[in-house]
Amino acid sequence: MANNSNTSNLDSFQKQKNKDEMKKQLISFALMIGFTLIAFAIVASDVISDMFVVPVILLLAVIQVAFQFYYFMHMKDKDHEWPSIMIYGGVWAALLTIAGLVLVVWW
Amino acid sequence: MSHDHSLNPETMPHNPEKATLEGRNKFLGLWFFLGGETVLFASLFGTYLALKNSTAGGVASQDIFGLGLVFLMTMLLLTSSLTSVYAMYHMKNNNFKKMQLWLGVTGLLGLTFLGCEIYEFAHYINDYDFTFRSSAFGSAFYTLVGFHGGHVLFGLCWLTALMIRNAKRGLNLYNAPKFYTFSLYWHFIDVVWVFIFTVVYLMGSVG
Repeated sequence: MANNSNTSNLDSFQKQKNKDEMKKQLISFALMIGFTLIAFAIVASDVISDMFVVPVILLLAVIQVAFQFYYFMHMKDKDHEWPSIMIYGGVWAALLTIAGLVLVVWW
Repeated sequence: MSHDHSLNPETMPHNPEKATLEGRNKFLGLWFFLGGETVLFASLFGTYLALKNSTAGGVASQDIFGLGLVFLMTMLLLTSSLTSVYAMYHMKNNNFKKMQLWLGVTGLLGLTFLGCEIYEFAHYINDYDFTFRSSAFGSAFYTLVGFHGGHVLFGLCWLTALMIRNAKRGLNLYNAPKFYTFSLYWHFIDVVWVFIFTVVYLMGSVG
């Protein structure tokens, strides 16, 4: 390996960078716990009419999953173009699959 | 650079999981696999959504789901997702012992989650006589949730094998991608669970 640019010392700078990254991860964890709590609270408390509960908790789930993908699984970092293509490709096929199955049965 | 891939603080790359071609291939391969898994679970979710009201006169989702246990299971899995982030944090700081410790915590949380799920299924079967064969709702429910539980079980076996096999090797550029791909898989299990607790349990309680 002639290219040595990606190997360097694990110096204090890098350690601090890892630490800062971990702080972001903790914030996203706190937010994910928050979204979960809100979703359960909405359903348990009956404050919103049933018609609105479903889209609201689905939206909360999508936001929480975005945090999981972009922060916990690092899709926000560079070098993640192919992972994004694969996951969004999967999500696209997933939406078609769900729409297909549900529509076939309900209509 | 020598062919010895073991890591020490002087030669530590910033991303040991992607420092070798094999590591980068494993990384891409696992993401490709997760894209496929998304479609697999979508087919099970679609089936469940289509059949959840086909109870054949038996119990319906509102009769059996208890949000307390589901909330506990959600917290267990979400926390185990964070502990595997901690494990990867220590991997990037080349601290093998702490990485193993946090992976161990991740495994224990996953095992507790699985225990709760087995208890939940046993509760439905024994107290409500709600089985895989009760109704189309039953089949769709146990297939979807059981498939996720199967993924947790597979993840636990994978993690145990990784931890034991590499216990004496320490961290190196050969096994860092293996730990990293496991952590991606484990996060994905949590992603699927977010939709299960939302679509199956919360929407099932709304009616």
